[in-house]
Amino acid sequence: MGSTIVSAGGSRIDSSAAGAAPLLTIRNVAKQFGKNVVLRDISLDVAEGEFLTILGESGSGKTTLLRIIAGFENADSGELSMNGERLDKLPPYKRKVNTVFQSYALFPHLTVEENVGYGLRVARVPAAEVASRVEQALTRVRMTAHAKAKPGKISGGQQQRVALARALVNRPKLLLLDEPLSALDANLRRQMQVELKSLQREVGISFVFVTHDQEEAMVMSDRIALLRMGELEQVATPREIYSRPATAYTAQFIGHTNLLRAEVRGGRAHCESLSWGVGLPDGRAAFSVRPEDVRVVEAGEPSVDGVVRFRGKVQHRAFHGATELVRVLAGDGLVFSLRTTGMDAREEVECEFSPKDAVPVRDSAERS
Amino acid sequence: MFSRAYRIAITVPPLAWVTIFLLVPYLLMFCFSFWSVSPAQTIVHSWALDNYKQLFTKDVYWETLLRSMWIAVRVMVFSLALGYPLAYFLSFYAGKRKDLLYQIVIIPLWVSYLVRAYAWKTILGSDGVLNTLLQYVHLTRHPLDFLLYSPFAVVLTLTHIYTPFAFLPIYAALEHIPRNLVEASNDLGASPAQTFWRVVFPLSIPGVVAGATFAFVLSLGDFLAPLLLGGPSGIMISNIVVTLFGAAYNWPLGAAISLCMLVLVVSLLFLSERLEKKWSFS
Repeated sequence: MGSTIVSAGGSRIDSSAAGAAPLLTIRNVAKQFGKNVVLRDISLDVAEGEFLTILGESGSGKTTLLRIIAGFENADSGELSMNGERLDKLPPYKRKVNTVFQSYALFPHLTVEENVGYGLRVARVPAAEVASRVEQALTRVRMTAHAKAKPGKISGGQQQRVALARALVNRPKLLLLDEPLSALDANLRRQMQVELKSLQREVGISFVFVTHDQEEAMVMSDRIALLRMGELEQVATPREIYSRPATAYTAQFIGHTNLLRAEVRGGRAHCESLSWGVGLPDGRAAFSVRPEDVRVVEAGEPSVDGVVRFRGKVQHRAFHGATELVRVLAGDGLVFSLRTTGMDAREEVECEFSPKDAVPVRDSAERS
Repeated sequence: MFSRAYRIAITVPPLAWVTIFLLVPYLLMFCFSFWSVSPAQTIVHSWALDNYKQLFTKDVYWETLLRSMWIAVRVMVFSLALGYPLAYFLSFYAGKRKDLLYQIVIIPLWVSYLVRAYAWKTILGSDGVLNTLLQYVHLTRHPLDFLLYSPFAVVLTLTHIYTPFAFLPIYAALEHIPRNLVEASNDLGASPAQTFWRVVFPLSIPGVVAGATFAFVLSLGDFLAPLLLGGPSGIMISNIVVTLFGAAYNWPLGAAISLCMLVLVVSLLFLSERLEKKWSFS
């Protein structure tokens, strides 16, 4: 079992990697640039062989956290350890960690081959071994044809693969990736997401992947650590974070949601004219209902006990191919988004959702 | 896109400038270098290679040329040796004080060359600051006379004057190195020293070449420092040219020497540009 920490908001965030012993342990890390607090009290574990994504908007501190792991920045407080040994006291060049930079940072004066062999040569690995391992790494990323080219002569996607090979050839225990796909166009990006994920499975190295793209995070990660204004909102598997968002912010950031602010009285939540049974104490509460959990009721369909029904006007329909996102204005001013796989043209609809799909979320602390 | 009149209006002035103040003088110099001076001190417009023969057969000319080059080489080496670490420190480690330090390095360039040369005269002379100090602390009993009116004084002064010229292009080249390359190198296990020699230095080579060229070429053609501080043993080739065009009234020989210098310098500039291109990656 990993440890459970209590965040500033008083809620419990499970920071442990399920089961296996953690490879990297981050404990109570904080960082400030001048008066600007970038990270506060971050605790997080990365398991052996895990693909962990640090997800957050720009300015959330995700890149700073990555740079602290790599050693380019020092944390103001807190500890990092790897396999039980302190990591934060080591300079970057003594850490068994390699980074794939956002802009790739390939050495422009060296060929692709020399770039990939750089780490091995500075470690004084015998030339014959360097050559064979470089060859292997280039084969893995399908770049052998360009071995003798300078980085300026190859495309962005190719540079990205070279940067990956340059890091992996050193067989690090942990690979850090700082938005490595953000410079690629949408198609290449989706292709690289799949490639990167299967490559990670193949080599079995732990990946810490930083991105601002929630879809990318969902597709690739074993676990997602959602960072907001320097604090962890939630650390969980993509499935869990989607179906059980802990906070209103998480629910809205990951996918679409309907956020309902309700008043709980005597075991029932009341939101405008809607109400449903909950197991919560009296007081204010927020609930997240995913659009796909709201369904259109056909005329004359009998109501199941406890299900929340409402009528509304169709405001807007957005076609997404397999599904359609429909915005419905309920009579009392509530706006609902719902996802359907097909609905005939109409102006008024009756919809329903089940109380079990209304996930209670807490509000994140307001910070400036 | 632009009218014919407009194009003529903007191209003619610079062309005229280059023709009148550069091409014509060089052409004249080229002609003069084949002419000669009669015993009656008039220019004889007959074409011959005698001036060039003199240059390579009379010891005083090619020895002075070699000495000038040797002085320029030393100035180049010392300027790089001072300018590179300075530029490296400023670019990588000066942090917030970078701009201030940069200005401090540049300030001497605003001070007249003559003032700086005279300053060294006051420092190095037999009654100068340095000798007075050395005698005061009893390191010597008599003033050291090799300090002034020697190649040493010339090299010292020119190094002082041209170090900012070597510093500037090196600093610019270092500033252009993306810092994530340094981070990438560290990340791949290279120590700071390995990072310097494998990444930073190779990428700063265009700046080093440009700085070295500045220091060498400017020193090679210098005539004020040797005139003020060089003494008889510190004479440089430009002093000879000045004398030939002045007191000696031998313009043809002066032109021949100047032309040889020009060819030398232009080939150096050409070579240096090739080197810079070879080592630039953008």
